[in-house]
Amino acid sequence: MRYFLRRLAFLVPLVWVIVTLAFFLVRVAPGGPFDRERKPASPAVERALAEKYHLDESMGSQYLRFLGLKWETGPDGHWHRAPGGLLVGDLGLSLKYRNHTVTDIIRQGLPVSLTLGILAFGFAMGFGIPIGFYTAVRRGSWGDWIGSLLALVVICVPGFVLGPVLILVFGLQLGWFPVGLWGAPLQAVLPMAALGLFFGGRVARLMREGMTQSLQSEYIRTARAKGASELRVLLRHAFPTAVMPVVSYSGPMLADLLTGSFVVENIFQIPGIGVFMVNSSLSRDYTMVVGLVLLYAILLLVLNLLVDLAYGLLDPRVRYE
Amino acid sequence: MPRADLVVLNGPEIETLDPHVLTGQADGRVSGALFEGLTRFDPVSGRGVPGLAERWDVSPNGRRYTFHLRTNAAFSTGEPIRAEDFVWSWRHAVDPSTAADYSGFFFYVKGGKELVTGTSTNLASLGIRALNPLMVEVELVNPTPFFVDLCAMRIMAVMPRWTVERFGDQWVRAEPLPCSGAFELVAWLPNNRVRVRKSPRYWDAANVRPQVVDFLSSDSPSTALNLYLTGEVDVLIEKGLIPIELNDVLLKRPDFHTFSYLGTYFMRFNVTRKPFDDVRVRRAMSLVLDKWRIVDRITKLGERPTSAVTPPGTGGYSPPPGLGHNLCVATNAAERAVAFTANLAEAKRLLAEAGYPEGRGFPTFTYMFNAGGGGGSRTHEKIAVEFQAMLQEHLGIQMELRPVEWKTYLSEMSRLNYDVIRGSWVGDYQDPTTFLDCFLGDSGNNRTGWKNARYDALRERAAGTSDPAARVALLQEAETLLCRDEVPILPVFTYTGLYAYDPNRVGGIHPNLTDEHPVSAMFLKR
Repeated sequence: MRYFLRRLAFLVPLVWVIVTLAFFLVRVAPGGPFDRERKPASPAVERALAEKYHLDESMGSQYLRFLGLKWETGPDGHWHRAPGGLLVGDLGLSLKYRNHTVTDIIRQGLPVSLTLGILAFGFAMGFGIPIGFYTAVRRGSWGDWIGSLLALVVICVPGFVLGPVLILVFGLQLGWFPVGLWGAPLQAVLPMAALGLFFGGRVARLMREGMTQSLQSEYIRTARAKGASELRVLLRHAFPTAVMPVVSYSGPMLADLLTGSFVVENIFQIPGIGVFMVNSSLSRDYTMVVGLVLLYAILLLVLNLLVDLAYGLLDPRVRYE
Repeated sequence: MPRADLVVLNGPEIETLDPHVLTGQADGRVSGALFEGLTRFDPVSGRGVPGLAERWDVSPNGRRYTFHLRTNAAFSTGEPIRAEDFVWSWRHAVDPSTAADYSGFFFYVKGGKELVTGTSTNLASLGIRALNPLMVEVELVNPTPFFVDLCAMRIMAVMPRWTVERFGDQWVRAEPLPCSGAFELVAWLPNNRVRVRKSPRYWDAANVRPQVVDFLSSDSPSTALNLYLTGEVDVLIEKGLIPIELNDVLLKRPDFHTFSYLGTYFMRFNVTRKPFDDVRVRRAMSLVLDKWRIVDRITKLGERPTSAVTPPGTGGYSPPPGLGHNLCVATNAAERAVAFTANLAEAKRLLAEAGYPEGRGFPTFTYMFNAGGGGGSRTHEKIAVEFQAMLQEHLGIQMELRPVEWKTYLSEMSRLNYDVIRGSWVGDYQDPTTFLDCFLGDSGNNRTGWKNARYDALRERAAGTSDPAARVALLQEAETLLCRDEVPILPVFTYTGLYAYDPNRVGGIHPNLTDEHPVSAMFLKR
């Protein structure tokens, strides 16, 4: 418990450092959010635009404003705190999508990305564990060869190839599943597979490894010697130890799935948050970049913390001091 | 959500629907469905035709327009649209605190330039006034033959004053949103879709066929094509969204349609840098580019090689022959070969004259372009590689390629931090000035460092003349100076667009130069 609290307390300064770095790095890149192919009608318009979004201020002043620690004289002549800022949970307006706040966009896109990530997580487990289990039990057989090859192939083929291939076969040729968009259950099938297969392949390999090792252990020989049925040996005695590597991999895997869905979201035109992650830095959408970095930093750090805790609970040998 | 009557794949994600501050074409398509001005775009010609104004009178000197509003013009929420609403909307557009990128369209209106550039702050000095609730009078600086086209632009649209005053910059998020156009807003979901519904109060509602229209966003050509092929979308309207690799196949299909529009692909020379300050160098480099190779082997949509910056047919104007014109108009391979050989001989002579015989002593320089541009199929890179090879082979000069990402490209171009850079321009209205004005000495869109007093003076004289033939002659003289004599830019080709819809199922879409396809005119054939 004390360990948990210490980790939690450490999260806050870490997130602050990450967000501060993001804040300055994105502003150092050449160009700005309002640079376009054609220039604004006049330098006065250009200035007014920068002023409206406080881009005319010094970096330090912009940073204070972003944190919510900027004090200025209002129209009434009194000092007051500039509205908004991170400290009151306001990430500001997106500079590219000027009629939406960053929070607004995250609120709409994050549930979609989370749903997709969790579906793909389930898919990866459902695909990987049975294949890994089967190939380990039937080691050296044709089934093992085919299963292991399949696992290897899905690991090697990147999502931007796998996605279009799935679309071509199951969407355009066979017409079983929609080729994109989001909302109906059937629309989730191909993106879930495209995102989950790679991880499914890794789960299969971890499972096969774990199961193979487990089957060679002494206690399995003991169990067999005591006359336990083969099924009982496999499921009751071998499986629980064999699945441990998969469990410890599942934390980073979930984090990867929740944050790494950009390519798949783009291919299937899914209204998630991944697309914004890449496009916001390309379009110098300063507020959006910082908001998303903040979100992903918290997500990754918290997931890592939870995995460490779960590991301690599952395996009594693990103790945190 | 149930499927809309008509689903349009609209291109990149909408940035804003506010007609005063929007800049992108995708934004304009949706905003144009929601907000209308004195005129609106005709789906066939792409020019301004009566919108909220049913007719107008023009004074004999061409400088005063009196618009007569429709008596039944109303916002979707029921408020009538009156002359004062236009006065307020236009003043709001030129107010620098609105920060409207496109407020340059008001330079044609008396007092507009002073307000937009900040030399005047008296909004009442803008040349628009309400003669009575149904009559708007507009005073122009000069006779402007395309003014009625300009009035159909998004930024000239009428907006609900009370909503803007209440919600400020975020007024387009008001619910319900008072709309002056054929449709009203139902839902605006980021990175997903914008749904609009026919406005029963629109003056021409009887002729608006689709009840509900969805605008989908996507910036991936293959995704867009998949959605179109499986019937998820009815119309693929964004020309940048068709995978160029598949042009050969798709062009043969009856549902893929090409059209010419006001767009020119060119290259900019930085004339403030050596050796590009020497016109002979610019001319030599311009002559050595075989533009047919580029349109035949790279872009492949039937683009036309050009030596001028203004595309043909721009408001009845024909661009004058520019440098290397003979090659561009050659009709067969033999003619092209003759023209190209002549261009090469001239190029070598010019380069030698400039002090670099056979390219000896010519400094190595870079060609900058935006990587990943051109629909993800690296068109810009392929064109750069062709140009590089031609310069090396025919003139013996070395050009290095420098791909940069979009924002860096824009920033370096504006700061004149390049040697030679890719450029393009898409015209806003059907008049040559939409292209020629870019290269005025004080234009922010010039970005070549080229300033020419005679060019600026010709443009000024053209603006002041009310005789259309004399005006055309002056503009042609200016363009000759730009594209034949001085060549701070190297025009390559005029664009061809490609869009997709099944003509047996969808109607109301017509090719036009301004690439304006109002959804209010589209319909499904049952």
